[in-house]
Amino acid sequence: MADTVVRTRKQPAVTGAPKAVGRLPRAAVHHPWWFALPAVVVFAGFFLVPNLLNFYYPFTDWSSYHPDIAFAGLDNFRTIADDGTLVRAIRTTLLYALLAALFQNGFGLVLALLLEDDTRFNRFFRAVFFLPVLISALATGYVFQALLDQDGAVNSVLGADVPWLGSTTWTLVLVTLIHGWKWMGLSMLIYLAGLKGIPGDMLEAARMDGAGPWRTFWSVRWPMLAPALTFNVTTALIGSMNTFDIVQATTGGGPAGSTEVFNIYMFRVFGQGLYAQASAMSLVLFLVVVAVAVPLVVGLRRREQLL
Amino acid sequence: MSPSVLWRYGRPALVLLLAGLAVGVPLWLVLVTSAKPQAEAIKPNLDLPAHWQPGSNYDDAVGQGEMLRGLLNSLLVVVPSVVLVLILGAGAAWVFARRRSRLVSAAYALCISGLLLPPAVITIVMELRQLGLAGTRPGMIAVYTGMYLSTSIFFMTGFIRSIPMELEEAARIDGAKPSRIFVRIVLPLLRPVIATATIMVMLYAWSDIFYAFFVLGGGERATLPLGLYKVASAQLYLNNWHLVFAYVVVMSLPMVAVFLVGQRKIVSGITSGAVK
Repeated sequence: MADTVVRTRKQPAVTGAPKAVGRLPRAAVHHPWWFALPAVVVFAGFFLVPNLLNFYYPFTDWSSYHPDIAFAGLDNFRTIADDGTLVRAIRTTLLYALLAALFQNGFGLVLALLLEDDTRFNRFFRAVFFLPVLISALATGYVFQALLDQDGAVNSVLGADVPWLGSTTWTLVLVTLIHGWKWMGLSMLIYLAGLKGIPGDMLEAARMDGAGPWRTFWSVRWPMLAPALTFNVTTALIGSMNTFDIVQATTGGGPAGSTEVFNIYMFRVFGQGLYAQASAMSLVLFLVVVAVAVPLVVGLRRREQLL
Repeated sequence: MSPSVLWRYGRPALVLLLAGLAVGVPLWLVLVTSAKPQAEAIKPNLDLPAHWQPGSNYDDAVGQGEMLRGLLNSLLVVVPSVVLVLILGAGAAWVFARRRSRLVSAAYALCISGLLLPPAVITIVMELRQLGLAGTRPGMIAVYTGMYLSTSIFFMTGFIRSIPMELEEAARIDGAKPSRIFVRIVLPLLRPVIATATIMVMLYAWSDIFYAFFVLGGGERATLPLGLYKVASAQLYLNNWHLVFAYVVVMSLPMVAVFLVGQRKIVSGITSGAVK
């Protein structure tokens, strides 16, 4: 299947290449298509095709309970809509993504501004703040479970008895804070790269005009950070809609389903053998991500050009 | 005190405070707990162990957690995935960065769509079953490669566009063929962005449990994160934080080592690939 998709798309270039080399456009000779072909085939075969199949299986009764797969129409969607999980999962995931992106970017930007100068001290602490990125998200989740458990380290330091991971309202916020903590180092690096890209004479000119640090930041540095912001906000927002490990390790979707994001639901329902129902949720995730990503990227790009 | 003096001394102090609280405390918790006997570790706290037994904890984590097999499984899946992502990604990025046509732009857009779109994890399982790759390492490698190609293609294309074409042209005038130019000129120049892509893809694949759970499951071929999940989920009656954290330390060390080796190149790769 993957093969045919690709072959039809590539045919003109491939059959054209070996014929008359002299008459071809130079690009075709100097940068031949077959360098790109393996990547396109693998990507199409193991990323695009599953996503296309995901428009079919949610409408079947595929499960571990019977051998055949039959068409079932909208049954799966009706099930998740009727028991309320659909709306709740959308709401939880969007809220999670929004807060996680906010925390990750906020922490990252503050760290980048604090560690901006290229001193030995700063280089060391950049590595320190990057450490959480290197620790797996699952491990991060367990670390914070040990910290925030009712019998955990934070309560023992505070001498308190707060059920940090037991609130149906606040636990979600706490988990997104952990998410922001885990990924802040990456945002920091990208903001640092953005800060480094600002020409020195521009800052010099601002200083000559009498702008203080505050004014320089808002009028010169912040607008120049637009590409870094675009990249960071997009990857953080979209990436955190795909979250799984941190939530699974800290709350497992609880308390009372209040942190059950899309992937936690899929994991749980797939484990029960209800494959089609899980893939229905997967299709909803796909559609929600597209609905968020397209306006987001377009909007942020336009903002970059305006600034 | 003037604001600039306050800033000069206040900034390092703030950095130290933040680093201590935000990174130091969790790290300390992991290290001390991994050296405690179970009785002390049941309620995790920041105290030093009264009785030190890191050796037997790490032994148990290796033994009960089947850590060595997990390590081998992780390496057998992650290393080929990273190599494939880099080689296939570099070839594609070269074409995408240098050629201008509607077809090339379309192929590029398609190939980096994986940066935004979520992988359809449930139907991947179905497809792998039909291909006879379900539960196998090649299946897992194919899934990781497909998922992370977008990242490497995106970074590498951005980077190649910043390399002057004259470098390639000089070699071409000397009679070099495309494959020779790719291997001798483009790949060596790509070194910083290869470092970035390596660490990103390694990071994602090394710590992934979600996709590994669907594709590999918990059996013979379980990777390290699946092993950690198993150890942590085994705490039905008694918490075994001492084992969990011993596992966490061992699992994290390879990534920290890779980062320390490639650190400088990673930063320059991010600078030129993502932010322009």
